Amino acid sequence: MASLQDRANLVPQSPLAAAWRVFWPLALALVVGVLMQHQVRTNIDAYSSKQILDVGIAIILAVSLTIVNGFTGQFSIGHAGFLAVGGYVAGSITYYGSFALFGSAGATLGTMSGLYGAKEGAAFVTGGEGLFLFALLAGGLVAALLGVVVGLPSLRLRGDYLAIVTLGFGEIVRVLIQQTPQVLMSKDAIAAAKPLAVPLSVGGSLGFGNVPKYTSLFWVYAAVVLTLIFAYRLKQSSTGRAMLSIREDEIAAEAMGVKTTYYKVWGFAIAAFFAGIAGGLYAHTIGISLSPVDAGFQKSFDIIIMVVLGGLGSISGAAIAAAIVTYLPELLRTPDTLMKFAVVGVPMLVIGGALLAMAGKPDQGPGKKRGHDPRAFPRAVIGLGVIITGLSILAFVAKRFGINLSDYRLILFALALIVMMITRPQGLLGVRELWDGALYRPLRDFFTARRHKGGTA
Amino acid sequence: MSSGISITMSDASEVLKGSGAAGEALEVRGVFKSFGGLKAVQDFRLSLPPAALYGLIGPNGAGKTTCFNLLTGVYRPDQGEITLGGKSLIGLRPSEIAFTGLARTFQNIRLFGELSVFENVKLACHLRTTHSLAGVILRSGWQRAEEAAIRERARALLQVFNLHDRMDESARNLPYGDQRRLEIARALATGPKVLLLDEPAAGMNPQEKKDLRKLIREVRDVFGVSILMIEHDMGVVMDLCERITVLDYGIPIAEGTPHEIQKNPKVIEAYLGKE
Repeated sequence: MASLQDRANLVPQSPLAAAWRVFWPLALALVVGVLMQHQVRTNIDAYSSKQILDVGIAIILAVSLTIVNGFTGQFSIGHAGFLAVGGYVAGSITYYGSFALFGSAGATLGTMSGLYGAKEGAAFVTGGEGLFLFALLAGGLVAALLGVVVGLPSLRLRGDYLAIVTLGFGEIVRVLIQQTPQVLMSKDAIAAAKPLAVPLSVGGSLGFGNVPKYTSLFWVYAAVVLTLIFAYRLKQSSTGRAMLSIREDEIAAEAMGVKTTYYKVWGFAIAAFFAGIAGGLYAHTIGISLSPVDAGFQKSFDIIIMVVLGGLGSISGAAIAAAIVTYLPELLRTPDTLMKFAVVGVPMLVIGGALLAMAGKPDQGPGKKRGHDPRAFPRAVIGLGVIITGLSILAFVAKRFGINLSDYRLILFALALIVMMITRPQGLLGVRELWDGALYRPLRDFFTARRHKGGTA
Repeated sequence: MSSGISITMSDASEVLKGSGAAGEALEVRGVFKSFGGLKAVQDFRLSLPPAALYGLIGPNGAGKTTCFNLLTGVYRPDQGEITLGGKSLIGLRPSEIAFTGLARTFQNIRLFGELSVFENVKLACHLRTTHSLAGVILRSGWQRAEEAAIRERARALLQVFNLHDRMDESARNLPYGDQRRLEIARALATGPKVLLLDEPAAGMNPQEKKDLRKLIREVRDVFGVSILMIEHDMGVVMDLCERITVLDYGIPIAEGTPHEIQKNPKVIEAYLGKE
C-alpha cells in the first residue's frame, strides 16, 4: 500500500538535520562524561564519587530492564545473567588483552579512565581506554546475542512460564562461571596454554578480581546519557509503540500487524546489550571483585525492584528509582543526615495538607473528561512528605535505640515494595515520563479546578 | 455528546484516500476446523466481493468467531482454502494476514488500554512503515517522515470518527460506544481491503446502534473496504447486510439476501427449534 509512504515522501528531509540528530547525543554524552570526570569528581571525596558511579551503573541496568519488562511486558527475572556475561566477557578481554598489548595485566589509564585521579596517560581512547571501550562493546554484544537466545523461548511462553525460563538462564550463567578455572593465567601460562583456554580462565567460584580498573565517572555517565537517549527515542517511535502494544494486548497487537515475536526478541536483545555494557562498567570498577553471585537471583531482584518502584514502562521512573534504591542504603548508614530530612518532610506535609483542603472535587459530570483529579498534586506532595518524614523518624528511633539501620536495608526495601504495591501499584511515575507531563498534569488539574471553583462561586 | 458521527468524502481527505485499497475479493472454500473431537467449523465457504457488506449469523456457539479466527490466522484450518485477492492466507501469521489486508475488531473489546486514543490508531499504522530499528535510534530523516505521515493519518482517521477531541485520553477511559468506534478506526488504520467486525453492536443502546448502522455503511462507502460482520442484533443485520451466511453447529446452513434468510425454514429451525 503506497499511501503512507506517499505521504511520507511529501515531508521535507534535510541531511544536515539528520546528521545533527546522530551527532548531538554523542556530543552530549562526551560533555556530560567530561564534566562528571573533571569537574564533579575533583570537587568531591573518593567515597562520594564511588556512590555516584554506582548510581550511574544502576540507572543503566534499570533502564535496560525497562525495555523488556516495561515496554514489551515480558517478565524477565534473570537480568543479572546478562550483567555477568557482559562483565566477564569485558573483563576477560581487558585482562588478557592487556597481557598481549601492554605486557602486564595492570590498567593503562588514560585521562578519562580510572575513578580516583586520572593519570597522565595516553591520549583519549588510544591506549588502554581503547581496549576498555572495545571490551565494553564486545561484552554488550555477547550479552545481546544471549538475549536473543533467551528471547526465543518467549515466542512460546507467557507470564510466569517465561519468568521461570529467565530465572533458569541467570542460574545457568552463574553455575557455568563457577565451573571456570579458578587460577588466572600468568604471562608464562598464557604462552603455554591453548589460545581458546586463555579467555575462559576467569577465576571460577573465587571471583575475577584482577580486572584492570578502568571504569570512571566519564565512561559511566557517557553510557548513562546514551542509554537514556536510546530508550527515549525507542519509546517515542512507532517501534516503541509496537513493543508497548504487546504489553497491553498481545493478540490485538498481532491482529494489528505487529510482528510480536520479532519485537519481543529485539526487546530482549536490546535490554541484554545495555545490561552487558553495565556489567562491563561494573567489572572494571575499583573495589569490585566480579563473582558468579553477580549473575544470581538476588542481583536480578535488585534491578526488578528499581523498575517496579519506578513504574513499569517509565524510563525516567526507573532511573529515579535506581538512584534512590542505590543511594538509600548509604543514607541509612548515616542517621544524622537522615534525621535532617525532617526539615523538608514536615513542611511538605503541612503544605500538602493545606493544598488538599483547598483543592476542588474531581470532575465527574457527563461530558467532562475523566481522569482529571485536582487532588492528585496535593496527594503527591503529602505522599512524598510522609516518606521523607518517615525516614527521618526512623533514623531518630534507630539512633535512640542504637540500631544500625543499614543492617535492615533489605527488610526496609521489602516493606517499601509492599507499601508501594498497596498504595500506588503503578509505581512512582506509572507509565508516564517526566517529559510527557508526569509532573505537569497533576499541577494543571489542581490549578484549573481552582479556577473553575472560583468561577462558579 | 458523542453522537454526531458523520463521515463524508470531504472529511476523509487526501490523507486517507487509497488507504483502503479496495477491489480485491476474499474467497473462502471448504474450510474445516476441529478441536479434538469437536468439529467447530465444517465446510465453511464465503465469497466476499469488493466493497460488499455481508453478515455472518447463527445461534450462540455456532462457530462464528472461530470462522473469524480462521480467517485472521489465529487458528490454522485443517483443510480448505482462504485467498485474498488471489493470495493464499493459509499458514500466514496473524500479523502477515493483517499486512495482506484483513483487519478485524474483537467481540470483547481489545484496545491497548494504557495507551492513548491517538497512540492506538498510530500503532495500527505501524505495519505499513519501512524504516529500520537503526533509523529509530539515529532518528533518520525517513523515520521522521514516516512518523509524520503516521500522525497525519491517525489524526485524520480520528477526525472522521469524531474522536479527535479525546485523542490524548487513555483508551480505557473512553465510554463503551466510543471504544467500539475506536476499534473500528484502529482496524481501518492498518489499511485493510476487508474489515471483519465481531459483534459491533453488542452492548450498545438503541441510539448508539442507529449511529453505528450509519457509520458502518459510510465506512464501506468512503473507504471502499469490504465488510463482513458477525452480529446478533437482527435489526442491524437485516438493515445493513447485502447477503447473509447462517452458521449452525459449525455448518453453513443457508446463504442469501436478508429477505431469503428470513423465510428460510432451516434458519427458523436453527433459531427457534422444530415444531
